[in-house]
Amino acid sequence: MMILSGDRPRSPALAAVLVVIILTLALAPFLFPGAKPANVAANICVLALLVASYDLLLGYAGIVSFAHVMFFGIGAYGVAIALYGLGPSWGALALGVLAALPVSIVLALAIGLFSLRVQTIFFAMVTLAVAYAFNVLASQLSWATGGEDGRSFQVPEILRPGFHLFEGEVFGIAISGRVLSYYLVFVAAALLFLVLLRIVNSPFGRVLQAIRENPFRAEALGYRIVFHRTLATCISAAGATIAGALSALWLHYTGPDTALSFSIQIDVLVVVVIGGMGSMYGAIVGAALFVLAQNYLQALMGRLSSAAAEAGLPLLPGLFHPDRWLLWLGLMFILAVYFVPTGIVGKLRGKG
Amino acid sequence: MSASETGAALPRQRIDILPALTPLIVAAIAAPLIGSPSTFVTLTIAGLAMGMMIFTMASGLTLVFGLMDVLNFGHGAFIALGAYVATLVLLPLAAWSQVDSLGPNLAVLALALFAAALVCGLVGYAFERLLVAPVYGQHLKQIMVTIGGAIVAEQLLYALFGPEFIPLPLPASLRGSLILGGAAIEKYRIAATIVGLIVFVGQMLILNRTKIGLLIRAGVENREMVEALGYRVDRLFIGVFMAGSALAGLGGVLWALYREQVHASMGAELLVLTFIVIIIGGLGSVGGCFTGAILVALIANYAGFLAPKLALVSNIALMVAVLLWRPRGLYPVSGR
Repeated sequence: MMILSGDRPRSPALAAVLVVIILTLALAPFLFPGAKPANVAANICVLALLVASYDLLLGYAGIVSFAHVMFFGIGAYGVAIALYGLGPSWGALALGVLAALPVSIVLALAIGLFSLRVQTIFFAMVTLAVAYAFNVLASQLSWATGGEDGRSFQVPEILRPGFHLFEGEVFGIAISGRVLSYYLVFVAAALLFLVLLRIVNSPFGRVLQAIRENPFRAEALGYRIVFHRTLATCISAAGATIAGALSALWLHYTGPDTALSFSIQIDVLVVVVIGGMGSMYGAIVGAALFVLAQNYLQALMGRLSSAAAEAGLPLLPGLFHPDRWLLWLGLMFILAVYFVPTGIVGKLRGKG
Repeated sequence: MSASETGAALPRQRIDILPALTPLIVAAIAAPLIGSPSTFVTLTIAGLAMGMMIFTMASGLTLVFGLMDVLNFGHGAFIALGAYVATLVLLPLAAWSQVDSLGPNLAVLALALFAAALVCGLVGYAFERLLVAPVYGQHLKQIMVTIGGAIVAEQLLYALFGPEFIPLPLPASLRGSLILGGAAIEKYRIAATIVGLIVFVGQMLILNRTKIGLLIRAGVENREMVEALGYRVDRLFIGVFMAGSALAGLGGVLWALYREQVHASMGAELLVLTFIVIIIGGLGSVGGCFTGAILVALIANYAGFLAPKLALVSNIALMVAVLLWRPRGLYPVSGR
């Protein structure tokens, strides 16, 4: 089990769930043709990577960050600005990613060195403030970012919907640029997920867990706490940046709502907790469940809301309005923190 | 230990004056850059008023953290709740607030402030008991539960009051400006400064002159010792949490009237601002919080005039500068 870095699911139920999710994602364009399922599948891949990189910080190092979506945004805007400014070429794409990565890492380093020296709670507050300022800045510097409207851009030709790899079809599906885009997102997310899995199961990952459990003891054993925590912050930021780049590449668009909104940060937090903190597999299970719920439950809420409105019930139409999706998410989140702290993975492994 | 020694006064605590002077230093640097004295006075008074409002909101947060190590990410929701409660009072009583006479105007404003503080204090009690109490001492869970509470509270506000901006006009006699020696000073800012000063002086008196204040200060310094002496710090804490929530609501009313509109998103915006202020001041320190609030507001006003683009990041820049100088804030509380 080299590829899993020795960190197996350790539960038949979890293994079965993971196999189903990953096989479905791998075959998604063939199993569910159409635009909406493709979006759902790509969203799951991007969110799983974003959540896995966040879990490195929250679950393994025990640090709460509110700037994760900022790093996601840096990746998305890096790709958007490069492809918008330099035209749709692979070189521009590479430049965008390679420029965004150092920006994220330096920013993460600076935030980490500033706020992790004192107390981890400082880190939570400082990241919240920095992420907020970055959001305002991104929507104000409209000459670079397109402001509130964001930036739509062209992607390299191979990835455009109109492109066809060859004449004819595979299992009844034409191999269009959209399918290739999906596989680019899927493969990149899968590879990075395995890299993150490798990192958390390395000696470095063990030290992070030791620091999480007992910082004093870890320090007494000779591990430099600030160094380890800051490095974890940087790795996690890099993961989020690449997730952002993939998301921009899939959407052909980057704007404050898709790349920097605080509700993405909340989504990530909710998915980590519901999937299971401190287990990379939680990211996959949580992301799959969350994106499916988001896409199909919100419609149900809309129907409940209008049914309640027709029945003339007070307040309920407002509470079930699809825009109040975050309300129910927040409630689920609180309940999960209290009653299922190990998340779905913990439950499936029988430790919940 | 001899009699003379026990009778001798304790050595006076060294008072660290430099951080308290930073707002004056900032003003002194900004004055020549701005040039016109009347503009400088206008900006400074506007900054002081804004600082007072921020202090009103932030002081509760810093005490709650100092006393129980609880960082309440739901604090912003109380600010927004206070503002919405004010709309419930001020809009139906528009006849009182829109008549151009100081008496009824102030009465209705006082009623709005009182109602907001009361509602926020009571909701604060429920919030503390339901969400915060079960996770005492667990930092990670605390942050997550309170942020969850903040999300739910914000969404409930949207569900109850609608997602639109609610306009909240100022009482008639507080509109407009006074002209003092060429400097225009908005009347409402003077009113907000007075309310803020009352809060500050009241808080200082309670903290420094009453037994409860003594216990709170002692609890911030060393909770276990106060508990060992037989005092129930956890009960004290509920009181402080309620007071902090009430102050957040009060600040929310002041802020909403200053902006003349109410929206649930103001909670998140002001939460960030209050965090910056209490980080600058030193977590748990009321004096530091006061200095930090004035400093943040002055710099925001000066920067907004001198370099509007920079004003967006002036708070963060200030926080970085202060943390470079003093990594634990202007007035660090011992043991943190």
